Amino acid sequence: MKYLEKKLRRLPRDAMASLQTHTVLRWSVFSLPLIFLALFYFYPLIKIVLLSFFPEGSWQPGKLGKLVASPVYIRILWFTIWQAALSTVLTLLFALPGAYIFARYSFLGKNLLQAAMTVPFVLPTVVVAAAFRALLGDNGLVNDWLVELFSLSAPPIRLDQTVYFFLLAHIFYNYSLIVRIVSSYWAGLDPNLRSAARMLGASPWQTFRRITLPLLMPAISSAALLVFIFCFTSFGVVLILGGPGYATIEVEIYRQAVQMFNLPMAAALSLIQIAINFLLMWVYARLDRKSKSSLFSESVAGSTVRPATPFDRFMVIANVVFMVLLLISPLLALVLRSFSGEDGMTLTYYSALFTTGSQSVFFVEPIKAVANSVGFGFGAMVLAVSLGVMASSFLASDRGGKAYDVRFQGLRGSSTTVWDALIMLPLATSAVTLGFGYIITLNAPPLNFRDSLALVPIAHALVAFPFVVRCILPQLRQIPHSLREAASMLGASPSQVFLQVDLPIIRRAILVGAVFAFSISMGEFGASAFVTRPHTPTMPVAIFRFLGQPGEMNYGQAMAMSTILMVVTCSGFWLIARLDRSGSALR
Amino acid sequence: MNGVIRKLAQRLIVVSLALLMPGVSQAGQALTLMTHDSFNVSKEVIAEFEKTNGVTVRFLKSGDAGAALVQAILSKNNPMADLFFGVDNTFFSRAIGADIFEPYDSPMLAAIPDQLQLDSENRLLPVDYGDVCLNYDKAWFATKGLAPPTDLADLVKPEYKGLTVVQNPATSSPGMAFLLATIGKFGEGKYLEYWKQLRDNEVLVAQGWSDAYFGHFTAASKGDRPVVVSYATSPPAAVYYAETKPEEAPTAAVVSDDNAFRQIEFVGILKGSENRELARKFVDFMLSTPFQEDIPLQMFVYPANSEAALPEIFVQHSQIADKPVQVDPAAIEANREKWLEEWTNVMLR
Repeated sequence: MKYLEKKLRRLPRDAMASLQTHTVLRWSVFSLPLIFLALFYFYPLIKIVLLSFFPEGSWQPGKLGKLVASPVYIRILWFTIWQAALSTVLTLLFALPGAYIFARYSFLGKNLLQAAMTVPFVLPTVVVAAAFRALLGDNGLVNDWLVELFSLSAPPIRLDQTVYFFLLAHIFYNYSLIVRIVSSYWAGLDPNLRSAARMLGASPWQTFRRITLPLLMPAISSAALLVFIFCFTSFGVVLILGGPGYATIEVEIYRQAVQMFNLPMAAALSLIQIAINFLLMWVYARLDRKSKSSLFSESVAGSTVRPATPFDRFMVIANVVFMVLLLISPLLALVLRSFSGEDGMTLTYYSALFTTGSQSVFFVEPIKAVANSVGFGFGAMVLAVSLGVMASSFLASDRGGKAYDVRFQGLRGSSTTVWDALIMLPLATSAVTLGFGYIITLNAPPLNFRDSLALVPIAHALVAFPFVVRCILPQLRQIPHSLREAASMLGASPSQVFLQVDLPIIRRAILVGAVFAFSISMGEFGASAFVTRPHTPTMPVAIFRFLGQPGEMNYGQAMAMSTILMVVTCSGFWLIARLDRSGSALR
Repeated sequence: MNGVIRKLAQRLIVVSLALLMPGVSQAGQALTLMTHDSFNVSKEVIAEFEKTNGVTVRFLKSGDAGAALVQAILSKNNPMADLFFGVDNTFFSRAIGADIFEPYDSPMLAAIPDQLQLDSENRLLPVDYGDVCLNYDKAWFATKGLAPPTDLADLVKPEYKGLTVVQNPATSSPGMAFLLATIGKFGEGKYLEYWKQLRDNEVLVAQGWSDAYFGHFTAASKGDRPVVVSYATSPPAAVYYAETKPEEAPTAAVVSDDNAFRQIEFVGILKGSENRELARKFVDFMLSTPFQEDIPLQMFVYPANSEAALPEIFVQHSQIADKPVQVDPAAIEANREKWLEEWTNVMLR
């Protein structure tokens, strides 16, 4: 490496053409994500905001008066911020040890556990609330068991409609986010550093605190940012489990737009929501810029060991037990419920799903709902991953116009910070606002997507691609530039450099991004506010339909459909993970 | 090249081709009905209309009633559909004020009772109606030996402490209807007093109908609230969708005078529709007996057409309120924000 560096320093600048030096190339790579964002995010957003503020062409500040006059909005804003922050911290606390065992150890059932752990992400909130109540509610399994065991007079665990309940749900939803992103990055860290530290006498804790943790910061902060934004824009979870007293900004936006028909207020709140998140992301991007880059591990595949020492075993067992308790048991409660009829175990609900009971013109066999969900899921995933890879390449290759320097990694231009933050905005924007924006913009050819099927994967991809960027970018930035330089010097064109150097290294991160893009689509994040073509329902839509009418059969079928959703998603994850097995050139 | 990349590239090509074909147009004429998520109708009924008129009927479901209406209003210069179904009396004034419907004096209106026809200009025509009211779990009250509530005022009595679950009017349509019922019954001056008493009596406020019914109502979940705000047609629905058909409905509705709120749903032809003749035929069709008789078992509300026969299950297990609470639609639109604020201040802050 040292020899190469010396050699490279002496070479003239234009001897090497690569993404890093070729401005035109950089921007053309970014063009597709940029157009996508402009068409499907900025254009509708700006139009709906303008329409809201100037309905008949005139500015009407009267409706906004309450915003500054009433303390209510400050309180809502404050609540939204602190619950998101607390949720993030708690999730980090529990998920980092989990990330550790996934990064370091291989054990029986690891892949299955990893797939099952991500399933909560796709479940509709009403269903998750039902599962949690079935377990931890006042009349849930745990309380019943405790009352019986200790002959208590009243259920000891009272979580319903409290802050703790929805915090728990947030951890449930976001645990796998942190585990997947951080563990994939962790596995790629150079183990030699750790060994060197230990050899020099550092205790395991010291090694962790002073070597590993700083090196992990890019991935940890990336994942934490995502968790924060998700919790910030939370709608159903907080309301159903915490109770209607806990309204986030997202809820208020919906209220203002739909209930009060006060579009200026809704738009103003949306802008505030966006502004806060933009600020956060900008600060994050600036801090990230200053972080030291870690030394790159030569073994891309990462090395996992079987747990050997008592410490190893303790870590694995403790974390697996925790995951099973928190993440798997609510899912099992759901599955169990789908098989429990009036007289014990039954398949009635499943068979009901497959018979044309309803005769409704909207009735679609569950197989079709599965097919629709999976079809949209893969479509959105491919779109999100492609856009994400392109955008990440652009963001990672910014040299900031500084003089050529092998150690450039510390110097990134501030324009990247802004683009980085801008790309994340779709995640932080209210679905209601965006949905209304689509109504007034995508209404004429060539953009008449407003009631077309294509809007579904597009809307999903819009939310998913910033996600993919967050997964890939830390790892992409880790690649030493000298590696790319070496390839160029040996005659590789920029695209070859990318395909042969960058892509194999970030392959694992791409898969993490793909998994989440798929699950965002399966879980219908945000797109449910938009117009749907009801003849192509997806599984969450079908579940909602069942939960809209009284009756055992409806509830049972909702649980059965939820179970099918869980199984399909799990299989989808497994399939995607299989892509990792093939084409592993560097093993 | 990496196998993964090749696969990704292939898929990317396929997806981009698919995306380059938005809104594939259908051969033959299409009539589009924009509505909310709870709309349902039988395949055969729609097929009948399609056959008679040589047209395909397309549906656009756009969220709940309020969200769908806002979308219709936002797109009024370039409407997404020919008809809009789902404006109810609580959003009536908003819809009329936005001026997005055109009048149609359908001959079928003769069969519809006068008190349902809220629009004298017939821009919005009534299709169905339902009553939002209290539902209670019969078995629970029988076991406890307690008399079930017969009036809204019962809920604040000490013996009914902690037994009720209602929905947040800000996020739920039946929740809003129930709030309006209390406003109509107790008057604007006294309704907050009632709610304060309800709060002292430990009423539970849930986020939406599903959450209240399937999350807290004793007859449908492991919850502990035997009284829930639901519909007068929920008892027959509970029978219809039961695993084994019971003799009697497990729940009952409180539809005594001045205790239920009537929700009427309307259909209207959107201004700017290019298929006005066809739209008018569809409105006539929606008000005709075949469609109206299909409504009860599809949407679990009552048909507006007085000549439509009710299914057996409705006759046996359900009763419509003789004297529901009525609140003027114009007053609803004007005071909605104020009432919601006041309610939120009392109940949630």
